[in-house]
Amino acid sequence: MLPILHALQERFGCVPHEAVPLVAEALNLSRAEVHGVVTFYHDYRATPPGRHVLKLCRAEACQAMGAEALSAGLMRRLGLEWHGTTADGSLTLEPAFCLGLCACAPAALLDGEPMAQLDDLALDRVVAEAQRA
Amino acid sequence: MTRIYLPQDAAALALGAEAVLRALRAEAARRGVVLEVVRTGSRGAVWLEPLLEVETAEGRIGYGPVRAGDVAGLLDAGMLEGGAHPLRIGRPDEHPWFAGQTRLTFARCGVVDPSSAGDYVAHGGFAGLAKALAMSGEAIVDEVKLSGLRGRGGAGFPTGIKWNTVRLAEGGRKYVVCNADEGDSGTFADRMLMEGDPFLLIEGMAIAGVAVGATKGYVYTRSEYPHAVRAMRAAILAARRAGWLGENIRGSGHAFDMEVRVGAGAYICGEETSLLNSLEGKRGVVRAKPPLPAIEGLFGKPTVVNNVLSFAAVPWIMEHGAKAYADFGTGRSLGTLAVQIAGNVRRGGLVELPFGLPLRAVIEEWGGGTATGRPFRAVQVGGPLGAYFPESLLDTPMDYEAFARAGGLLGHGGVTVFDDSVDLSRQARFAFEFCAAESCGKCTPCRIGAVRGVEVIDRITAGVETAKNFAVLDDLLEVMTDASLCAMGGLTPVPVGSALKHFPEDFDATARRLPEAAE
Repeated sequence: MLPILHALQERFGCVPHEAVPLVAEALNLSRAEVHGVVTFYHDYRATPPGRHVLKLCRAEACQAMGAEALSAGLMRRLGLEWHGTTADGSLTLEPAFCLGLCACAPAALLDGEPMAQLDDLALDRVVAEAQRA
Repeated sequence: MTRIYLPQDAAALALGAEAVLRALRAEAARRGVVLEVVRTGSRGAVWLEPLLEVETAEGRIGYGPVRAGDVAGLLDAGMLEGGAHPLRIGRPDEHPWFAGQTRLTFARCGVVDPSSAGDYVAHGGFAGLAKALAMSGEAIVDEVKLSGLRGRGGAGFPTGIKWNTVRLAEGGRKYVVCNADEGDSGTFADRMLMEGDPFLLIEGMAIAGVAVGATKGYVYTRSEYPHAVRAMRAAILAARRAGWLGENIRGSGHAFDMEVRVGAGAYICGEETSLLNSLEGKRGVVRAKPPLPAIEGLFGKPTVVNNVLSFAAVPWIMEHGAKAYADFGTGRSLGTLAVQIAGNVRRGGLVELPFGLPLRAVIEEWGGGTATGRPFRAVQVGGPLGAYFPESLLDTPMDYEAFARAGGLLGHGGVTVFDDSVDLSRQARFAFEFCAAESCGKCTPCRIGAVRGVEVIDRITAGVETAKNFAVLDDLLEVMTDASLCAMGGLTPVPVGSALKHFPEDFDATARRLPEAAE
């Protein structure tokens, strides 16, 4: 089922509620079972994200290089919580727990592309560029 | 024409490898130089990334860490002929950081083109599988047993014994599943290997398939690793085209094929039974053991589940013999360990070393101390479920038993260094918070215990009924350790307990308030 859900999210930016009965019928499962799977995994969203998605790492190796202050600062400047999207719809901020970039922390994925050794300046640049494109 | 090697490992990309490539192409065009660029994985020296290498008469000469702005200067200095420059590191394999390692599993990583089966073979690849194809399953398993190889995912269970259980299990269809759900913070060896030498994993899994009589394999990896997913998928296609996967591997009569499956952001799916449920398209909920996956695994069939590095160690063992592998290491920890140096270190990256080296050597000699230059305070080895060690435990040798005796675990070999700005009560709280967020919810000690743990630590650090709350915390740690279904709940007490034991001052509310008030 996961490849199907990934494909849905790839296409629609989320796994819409309307998709659940369709997936259930295709796989001969109950809607409850499909709903259970969709909601178990952190990746699947119920609504589409902003134009860009920034996954900021919150795990230990990044913490050792100040990730907590970094994300707190960004959220304060943007007025966002985790999973929030800026009012102009340009950027969604999501937490990640380890991106395997632990030797060049703090790290993030911006629309799937890795970024490392981040600081406030680098994140502000991400925000500014997200607004433009 | 000059050949250039430039990594496309995710860490190298994160540090600007694409910008370096663009600058290089622009400068080369301007100067009328023709370049052939080969994209490799990383050799593991993340502190030198992007590590650009030039093929010269004296072999490959490395320059790193290269930023886009350095490119024009490098070309002016005669980089294409191996010219002198402050970023020149000479031949990478002669550089002390690499030369001091024992690279068995990672020998080709960063050297070869990870998309080319031909390049893999040219560097000695598939020799282990070729040998295995002519052997009986029992002989292969015996070789793996004799090598002393233990599961590199963290639990350290002997790989050969697991394979033998699957080999002897009844059941028409059997599976080989690679646990590449590398969720532990501080670890990136699986990612690096899949991006830099994916054929090695294919070869190791195919050998497992031949040994136990399985014809189908799955690599279950993370959605956080999009580059590894792409590299693995491309390599599987290439291996199939070259006849190393498929109905009749290289005319041997053996069949084995495999595919990549991508998780969806659940840490718990790194637990093997939860991973199997996820592969089956279910919630990643842990299964009670027994039955062991070796008897009833994927779709209820006998299944080998091993970590990336366990499979990746096998081709070397098959090629060079079990004895040669077992000559490395110490006690019951034989062979090599991929140590990943992460967090607050000057020279972070992956070093492959025989088991037994003291933790201090890893942090100080290879890691070069903290990145911030502040004093070292704590190190967490083995991911989020590993212990926090203080300075006084740095002489602990890197082997499974020594770490267990010191109250920790080696896990997947991740070493995360913290300087003196770390507050261990916050790290302990985070361990509970993480467990609460990532618990699959099946067993009560983990599901409820983690939430209660956060609350209790908050009360302790706020100075509320401290003595009583310490007693509650001790009780909670004991219940979670003894009564959780899997390592998630069972080992969360390790980071918490070690923080309490070695850094009690961080939990002392009155002492904590003083420096804050002074600021």
